[in-house]
Amino acid sequence: MNANAATILIVDDEPPILRLLRTSLVSQGFQVIEAMNGETALAEAGRSSPDLVILDLGLPDMDGLDVIRTLRSAGNAVPILVLSSRSDEKGKVEALDLGADDYVTKPFGTAELFARIRAALRHRLQQQGEPPVFRSGDLEVDLVRRIVRMRGEEVKLTPKEYDILRMLVAHAGKVLTHRMLMSEVWGGETDVQYLRIYVRQLRQKIETNPERPQYILTETGIGYRLKME
Amino acid sequence: MPDQKAEPKRPDPEALLREVATETRGHLKVFLGAAPGVGKTYEMLLSAAAQRRAGVDVVIGLIETHGRVETEALVHGFEIVRLRQLDYNGRHLREMDLDAVLARKPALVLVDELAHTNAPGSRHPKRYQDVEDLLAAGIDVYTAVNIQHLESLNDVVQQITRIKVRETVPDAFLDHADEIEVIDLTPADLIQRLKEGKVYVPGTAERALTHYFSAGNLTALRELALRRTAQRVDQQLLTHMQAHAISGPWSAGDRILVVVNEHPKAAALVRYARRMAERLRAPWTALYVETPRSLRLNEAARDRIAEALRMTERLGGEAVTMPGRELAGEILDYAAKNNFSHIVIGRSRRSRLHELIFGSITSEIVRRAGNVAVHVVTGDEKGAPAAKTVDTRPAAAPFDVRPYLITAAVVAVALGCGEVLARFLNVQNVALVFLTAVLVSAVAFGLSAALFASLLSVLAFNLFFLPPYFSITISDPENVVALFFFLVVALVASNLTASVRAQALVARQRARTTEDLYLFSRKLAGIASMDDLLWAISSQVASMLKVRVVLFLPENGSLELKTAWPPEDVAEEADLAAAKWSWESSRPAGRGADTMPGARRLFLPMRTGRGSVAVIGIDSDKQGPLLTPDERRLLDALSDQAALAIERINLSKDFDKAQRAAERDRLQAALLTSISHDLRTPLASILGAADGLAGLPDLTVDDRKALLSTIQEEAERLNRFIANLLDMTKLESGAVTPNMGLVDVSEVVGSTLRRAERILAGHRVETALDPGLPMVRIDPVLFEQVLFNLLDNAAKYAPAGTIISMEGRRAGNLVSLRILDEGPGIPQADLEHVFDKFYRVRKADSQRAGTGLGLAICRGFVEAMGGTIEAGNRADRPGAVFTITLPAQAEATA
Repeated sequence: MNANAATILIVDDEPPILRLLRTSLVSQGFQVIEAMNGETALAEAGRSSPDLVILDLGLPDMDGLDVIRTLRSAGNAVPILVLSSRSDEKGKVEALDLGADDYVTKPFGTAELFARIRAALRHRLQQQGEPPVFRSGDLEVDLVRRIVRMRGEEVKLTPKEYDILRMLVAHAGKVLTHRMLMSEVWGGETDVQYLRIYVRQLRQKIETNPERPQYILTETGIGYRLKME
Repeated sequence: MPDQKAEPKRPDPEALLREVATETRGHLKVFLGAAPGVGKTYEMLLSAAAQRRAGVDVVIGLIETHGRVETEALVHGFEIVRLRQLDYNGRHLREMDLDAVLARKPALVLVDELAHTNAPGSRHPKRYQDVEDLLAAGIDVYTAVNIQHLESLNDVVQQITRIKVRETVPDAFLDHADEIEVIDLTPADLIQRLKEGKVYVPGTAERALTHYFSAGNLTALRELALRRTAQRVDQQLLTHMQAHAISGPWSAGDRILVVVNEHPKAAALVRYARRMAERLRAPWTALYVETPRSLRLNEAARDRIAEALRMTERLGGEAVTMPGRELAGEILDYAAKNNFSHIVIGRSRRSRLHELIFGSITSEIVRRAGNVAVHVVTGDEKGAPAAKTVDTRPAAAPFDVRPYLITAAVVAVALGCGEVLARFLNVQNVALVFLTAVLVSAVAFGLSAALFASLLSVLAFNLFFLPPYFSITISDPENVVALFFFLVVALVASNLTASVRAQALVARQRARTTEDLYLFSRKLAGIASMDDLLWAISSQVASMLKVRVVLFLPENGSLELKTAWPPEDVAEEADLAAAKWSWESSRPAGRGADTMPGARRLFLPMRTGRGSVAVIGIDSDKQGPLLTPDERRLLDALSDQAALAIERINLSKDFDKAQRAAERDRLQAALLTSISHDLRTPLASILGAADGLAGLPDLTVDDRKALLSTIQEEAERLNRFIANLLDMTKLESGAVTPNMGLVDVSEVVGSTLRRAERILAGHRVETALDPGLPMVRIDPVLFEQVLFNLLDNAAKYAPAGTIISMEGRRAGNLVSLRILDEGPGIPQADLEHVFDKFYRVRKADSQRAGTGLGLAICRGFVEAMGGTIEAGNRADRPGAVFTITLPAQAEATA
């Protein structure tokens, strides 16, 4: 990671959180810029073009969601990792649908935080050219030939199942909201229960124990995430 | 029982001295029996044997075994102090040797037959005095005595058993006993023992004995013994109860009967009886004896009787109406049969002369009362007798000509029959045909019609059958006599028949009223909500009395129209004022009353013993007074019943409120405890560990790891607790709005298990979900929290290394999910409380208990999602099982 020397903009108004993030990130070789309110954050995002923004949704001067909205509408595609509180499922979904890349729930462990940061950064790098074959554990997805294999055995998927899996693979490690998945697979809003049924079928085909999935993880109330090795 | 003054607050110095004295004095235990043969001696020996086994130095001073084998067997093994032998008038007597016992100085001595009279020449004339000496010498004494020997009860016992008991023990002796044990045996058992020859009663004739041991006597004696013992308890209880203002229980002894009649002072008598009952803490009854004279009483008098009886019920007494002929006899008979000890009766208001000639009921009762105390009250209480304040409609219907026409027709028919019969029979016999007509009229229409029929019959008889025909004059003197007697017979028969008819009518009327009242009270009894009750009251009263009804109840300090039948929701200004006045003064107001007669309705207060609860208003389209006196009395009775029903609901509401307030207090206290404990404990650990890490030199790597993981674990615990508090707050404030959708249960199970990974690290988790489990309509976020809390709970209570399993099943239209652990299970007593807020099952060891929130949240969430959750214990092995049941949804297809 040190080699990347990525610059991360931390936006939070709580000094202890700032200190914690700064200390851990710097120890991992990241460069850190701090902002304690939305206005500074937007200014820093424009001026120092960070590689990633860690954004707390509760800011003193403006709503964190507005920061996302402003950045995205200005065409800034910097990955955004949202810090949010546990009970705020709605806020998380909204942030993700507005264009945030992922979220971490407060209180969080550093392991989880770094996993999210890695996924977000990798996704940014991959955008130049996705590798044609995705591998995670025993799962293998050939995006060019549309072939899915478990432990080398080909798994037959329906077109919709394949579409869901392809979406998840394309954003491996990152959370995808129900809405993102549905609009991609069904081309618009549909009942989330259909998505759940397809995910169940998909799991029965690719998971060893569908009740304790290893690949397609449920982010309850938000969406799904494909676990990345 | 006399009134007790509250115990003085400071300890009485004399009592302290007495206490010091008793420390050196021997301890007295009395075995009290209701009758000979209940087994006092046997029990005494059993207790003493237990003492001896415990190492107490026990000797027998004197025991009367009366040759009973079981008792004699018990005596073996005890040291017995030799009895003193003495000869008196040629008789050989044996007495306890007091001096020998005093010299032997055991710790405990048994002395039977406490009431025994010592032989002349002994130190004391009575054995209980010997016992006094023993106690004074510091020797504990067990003794036995029967209740009939107690001095104060001597007379009572004699009355019950007709046997004079000569050997008595003063009550004070028993009062000073440190312990009294009643040896209780049911009369049936005792009689059985008597038949088996197990009871020995010295020097009693066979007949007296049989009488003595009748079931009735034994029951009475048994009650005496139990009550006498209870009195000691009572003294303490009384003080306690008075201090805490607890009412009842009434002492079993006194019962008060107050005799009421139409006299204006009846109310005063009732109040007197009530005061007396309160003083004596006795139950009381008001009795009205309905004699033939009652039927002739005027309406005002009947109202007064009804009011006296109502008042009795309001004041907590029982009201009884009983038919009878001879007052004094009926009253005394009722008192005797129902065990009344006091009769309250008004003083006769008749003149001396009247009393001399006709006698007075009062003096007759006094003369014949026997053991019952008779209180003759002048009733000179202040306060005029309640005047009639509401006009009532005369009960009699307006004059109706129809009965007379029909009567005339009946007589005409009789005339026709007579004409036919007169051809074959003697003309005198025709009189019987007319008499029949008179009786028919009497039965059908009452007295006036019968008199009318008599008159017509005489006229017709005279005109058509007695020569000269078609003339009033009668030629034959014999016929004059016959006609005269016919008239007399007709009149007497009319009178008798009509009065029978009148009584039958009254009886029927009463039966119907009683029936109505019964139905009414039954209807009201089952109703739980105030709105339903008021509705039922107004509709019932309206249909029974054929009037329109409104009900006013106090609400937030003002009187509000609550219900009306037929429905109506506005009250006129004048009506409102009348209702208010009636409420405030507890008297009738409005139409037909003294006050505000201009109002459209008549308002009556609805009262119970505690005061007014509502105001009922009635009106109808009829002109003039609304109700007949009978209807008025029925309305009073109905409104009493209704008032009680309203009060019942008010009280239960108050009770609920008080309970809720108490619950709120309990929760608040629990919340504070919980917050201070559950927040501080992890914080203390975290702070301590962090301090250690920062300040302690030379920590090993393992120490550091341990402190770090303490910080981590405790912080996570804190996090969960706060999350729970938040969830609970959301539930409480109603902020939980489930975002329901069709969800695959296994998906939520999976995500929960992932989230709970760290908590479950020490346990093995198994899942067994039916593959065909349908989707359920739930909020996945809330449901995940429910499962998380249940898993957290299982991990907390089940020991590490055991299996926690989750089973999902479909049963008909339901999906059930069970979480089973292998912990100790939930104690039976806790089962119904585990879902209560801040309820924690106590744990034997020092292991952490839960916060008392997790399961409460589970229930709140599950119920918000339309499901149920239950706690139980596993049948196959120890362990708790929680079952969530949700309605299944038809499988949706894509």
